Amino acid sequence: MYIIVVGGGRLGYYLLKALLNEGHEVLLLEKNERICSTIIEEMGSVCYRGDGCEAATLAEVGTGRADMMAAVTGDDEDNLVACQVAKHKYNVPRTIARLRNPQNVALFKKLGIDVTISTTDLILEAIERELPTHPLTHLLTIEEKGQVIVDVKISPESATVGKTMKELSLPKESKLALVIPHEGSAHVPSANTILRAGDQIIALTNPESEEALRAALRGI
Amino acid sequence: MKIVIMGCGRVGARLASLLDADGHTVTVLDNDTYSFRRLPPTFGGTALFGQGLNQESLKKVGIEEADIFVALTQGDNRNVVSCQIAKHIFNVPRVMCRIYDPLREEMYSALGLETISPTKVFAQLLKEKIEGEKTEG
Repeated sequence: MYIIVVGGGRLGYYLLKALLNEGHEVLLLEKNERICSTIIEEMGSVCYRGDGCEAATLAEVGTGRADMMAAVTGDDEDNLVACQVAKHKYNVPRTIARLRNPQNVALFKKLGIDVTISTTDLILEAIERELPTHPLTHLLTIEEKGQVIVDVKISPESATVGKTMKELSLPKESKLALVIPHEGSAHVPSANTILRAGDQIIALTNPESEEALRAALRGI
Repeated sequence: MKIVIMGCGRVGARLASLLDADGHTVTVLDNDTYSFRRLPPTFGGTALFGQGLNQESLKKVGIEEADIFVALTQGDNRNVVSCQIAKHIFNVPRVMCRIYDPLREEMYSALGLETISPTKVFAQLLKEKIEGEKTEG
């Protein structure tokens, strides 16, 4: 695969290294001459000095045959523009943008960026997972389908403890996949499965029904 | 008309005062309050501190009721992104975007933004002036 990485900061640097190790053809675009020459000295001619948002630069590095672009500069706007130019001018099939402002996720999706990675959201999710009181955590986002896989913890205070699945009014967009009890082995829930305190429910839902799902499962 | 202008540089400030003088409701947004010195004392519109890439800031300047959004910061990418936020998130009926880079300008114009490249316009203007004078002389 030919992958173009835009932005030679720490993230771009380590990304370049890792992708080269995996045997991909990778080219890093970086505006700063000093950063560029340091990388070339270390890894050979895998870095090109230029602005990844400029159509002219992207033409010079053969963006037309690239399979993927990952824009990982520290500025959301630069990452968006680099991906948009790659997508609309050079038909790059997959574009990935790094984001700092989580609000931009919706905009970038709307504008056709294939994958957005909001570092703020990632760290927030990691923190939430560590908090035992947090009832719902995101495990995985399935971008293409607009679905998320979540983990809902049933606490002793949940009003649903002792109830069967069929008694719950779950949003119809949500599907329960697995119950991981506090003790014992995990099982696929049926209509008669009884909820117990300490259960962890793995469910598939769309982001809009997330709150309704949490409320239905915990009864509070 | 309600007009929101992002960037209170020379062009932004001048445009704001011209539109204000014509009786439009003008709000200027800049991330440096020092820029507001460029607005004339007669300016009757609103000048607010804020980031055009930040949706809360845009709400504060009344983007939801705006008829026109104009992006005039020094950064092409900033202008492009804030115009797309105005168009796609806040459904502003008309957005106008300054893009210095002519290639980027062509692409975003094709993507449906109303764009102006001062580089292109000014170069063309100078060329016409120079060649025009030649033929006269």
